[in-house]
Amino acid sequence: MTIADVKRLLNAEILCGKEYVSKDVHTACGSDLMSDVLAFVKDQSVLLTGLCNPQVIRTAEMMDIICICFIRGKKPEENIIELAKDRGLVVMTSPLRMFEACGELYANGLSGGELLE
Amino acid sequence: MSNLVLKYTVDNEDFTRAGEASSDVKKKLKMMGVPPEAVRKVAIAMYEGEINMVIHADGGEITVEITPTQIVMVLKDKGPGITDIEKAMQAGYSTASENIRALGFGAGMGLPNMKKYSDEMDIDTVIGVGTTVTMKVNI
Repeated sequence: MTIADVKRLLNAEILCGKEYVSKDVHTACGSDLMSDVLAFVKDQSVLLTGLCNPQVIRTAEMMDIICICFIRGKKPEENIIELAKDRGLVVMTSPLRMFEACGELYANGLSGGELLE
Repeated sequence: MSNLVLKYTVDNEDFTRAGEASSDVKKKLKMMGVPPEAVRKVAIAMYEGEINMVIHADGGEITVEITPTQIVMVLKDKGPGITDIEKAMQAGYSTASENIRALGFGAGMGLPNMKKYSDEMDIDTVIGVGTTVTMKVNI
């Protein structure tokens, strides 16, 4: 699945990183707790979150997550988008709720990846 | 070749800036050609530590030493110290405020994640004086 597919499935609007939408994604993670996200390791992931602060971008950066989707129509402030642009991340916003967004991606073949034990 | 030493001051004034030191270390390690898996382990372990310093300890100092075989991170703060290290190491145990939880942290995963991503971790804490966490990641 590509980031463009994620955008389509989640009926999302891209806020930055349009140039990277042809990148492949292999796994996804849905959480509002960044420490839980940090316990999860997998390349080329999508992060679905309802949390809207700069630490979401930093968490994605540390984890090599390539795409962040804010759910329930949340739009981060401009400084957050700037931080994401600087890191080469794709940021989008979807009207779906967390459960529905995760379900759409899961049903279309994205897995949750593995926890590092 | 002599070892490279990086030093950072973590201040507590602005939570939105927490993670800048870890971000800088990650960039530098990548540029030096350190293997991606080691870079990621360092970045995550240090980021969790940096967040902890901001949440619990009014900031502090971080020193990162890069040798040909390992990366050693020393995070030193003058915070309140850790009363019960065993409890603090349990996944899910947290003393963070509601305020911090609303920011996406304080889930009680900080120290467990730091241990998980480092090859060696040592905590030296004195109540009322401060805490020094040393983490090593092998290259």
